[in-house]
Amino acid sequence: MAQTTASNPKISRRELRSRIPHYAALLVTGLLFLAPVAYMVAASLAPASDTLAGFTVFDVTQWGLHNYSGVASSLSSDSTGHLWRFFAVSFTVTVAVVGLGLIVNSMAAYALARLSWRGRAVALLAILLILIVPFEAVAVPMFYLYNDARNTLWIQILPFIGNALSIFLFYSFFTGIPRSIDEAARVDGAGPWRIFWQIIAPMSKPAYASVAILTFLTQWGSFLWPVLMISDPNLRPLPLQISVFAGQLPPAWGQVMAFGVLLVLPVIVVFLVFQRWFIEGVASSAVKG
Amino acid sequence: MAAPAVSLLLLFVAVPFVASIGFSLYNVRLGDPRDPSFMGLTQYVRILTDPDVSGQFLDALLHNLIFAAVVVPVQTALALALALLVKKNIPGIGIFRSLYFLPVVFPIALVAIIWRLILARGDEGLLNSALTFFSGGTFGSQDWLGSELTALASVIVLSIWQGCGFQMVILLAALQQVPAELYEAAELDRANGWQRFVHVTLPGVRTTLVFVALYTTILSLRVFDQIYVLAKSGGGLNEDATRTVMYEAVTAAFDENNIGRASAISVVFFLIVVVLSLIQRRVTTEKEG
Repeated sequence: MAQTTASNPKISRRELRSRIPHYAALLVTGLLFLAPVAYMVAASLAPASDTLAGFTVFDVTQWGLHNYSGVASSLSSDSTGHLWRFFAVSFTVTVAVVGLGLIVNSMAAYALARLSWRGRAVALLAILLILIVPFEAVAVPMFYLYNDARNTLWIQILPFIGNALSIFLFYSFFTGIPRSIDEAARVDGAGPWRIFWQIIAPMSKPAYASVAILTFLTQWGSFLWPVLMISDPNLRPLPLQISVFAGQLPPAWGQVMAFGVLLVLPVIVVFLVFQRWFIEGVASSAVKG
Repeated sequence: MAAPAVSLLLLFVAVPFVASIGFSLYNVRLGDPRDPSFMGLTQYVRILTDPDVSGQFLDALLHNLIFAAVVVPVQTALALALALLVKKNIPGIGIFRSLYFLPVVFPIALVAIIWRLILARGDEGLLNSALTFFSGGTFGSQDWLGSELTALASVIVLSIWQGCGFQMVILLAALQQVPAELYEAAELDRANGWQRFVHVTLPGVRTTLVFVALYTTILSLRVFDQIYVLAKSGGGLNEDATRTVMYEAVTAAFDENNIGRASAISVVFFLIVVVLSLIQRRVTTEKEG
């Protein structure tokens, strides 16, 4: 970067100087956004203390990993739940909802966008109507209707696979693909299934990436539904568990923050690895939608 | 091909949605041996006019409206400012883009717990320690979450912190699509920075701004997780100053086992979401036309 700056005659010393306020603004806002995250990480490394520690958590000389081993040992019985199980539940639910959701919703979008069948117009209208029903509006009746399924894994997964927003995002992507492509394939004797799996789906990687990212973020942070349906510590997903853990008396704040770091770390790793896709995917799906 | 998604949506959105309208007309309780009795519109009349119930419900509605009225313009403006700040490709800009986006990957339940420590009352809270330190003790410690005056404002701040990066990314994508020639032409016309912003940037991203505002409005009406975590997990949040409509629905269903009233609240909530979205869409399209 420095080389291109030096070799580029267009960037004058005046321009470099004008960048100083720009960088200053970036730095100040950046610190505001970073501070709560830094506080969480610092508090997770600070010495165990049952009172909140304020600034003292930033004392690097005192840092250690004992809060992390503390979390592992305090969450390791059937009454508290096991640390590994919270992860297992969150991973299973998220992977199932994202994976099955991608398949089911893209198939539906393909049928709506590119096949002609009886009831297509009605189905399309129904999807558009469902798009405006927020999950919050059906959470309470669902809590009553599916009460027998409380404390199961499938009730955390099944309601979130079919997703009108995902269908809509796939639909708008698929309608943008030229019709001539399927027609050429049909002339070659391919049926709708083959056209979908072998031609349309591979062409639509950006749509799959952005829907996967949006579903992953929503599902990993899912809270309202588990609050209503899950009381068994062996079936609690991570976001529900951290609220339970933080509400215990006396709260061990260092351990709560260590748990928070563990909860968000998988998302940050995914975020850093797929950074380009992450930001582009979110942006492109939203600008289109 | 649409069958799996459509049947899932029927089972987990359409049926519960229709059921919520049905439940709202009855006196439905979980585990009640008696059959629910028909009440007509009594639940609706009670949440709107019965002095024992309506006070809380109307407060919740008011908090939702205040929350949306502050969050939508402030968060959208902040997101646009951040997007402008990170638009130019200068060395190190990627770090700042990621930094502002980072809170988006945090589940809101975790965000609530981190901010609960930052905003804790007395000298234990990070914000109070910082304020005492920088003001030399003249600015005393505040009970940010407990005080009636600052409780809702605190929830607003942490919600904006978490949600802003998402809007920034969408607006950044839109900003990058504004043709560079327009800026060059404006420069030739000797337009200053502000004039370029008003006459080139704003019109260029208007549709995206409208989308972002609409999306934020719907999300801000759905606010629940952070309020529930802060109020119920020992966050010391002033419940009376922050309860929202979804919080009311969940407490009616969960704590009072009053599914009928909770369903009526859900139906009213849905109607508010639809009406506000329609009003907003009409206002924004009129401006465009």
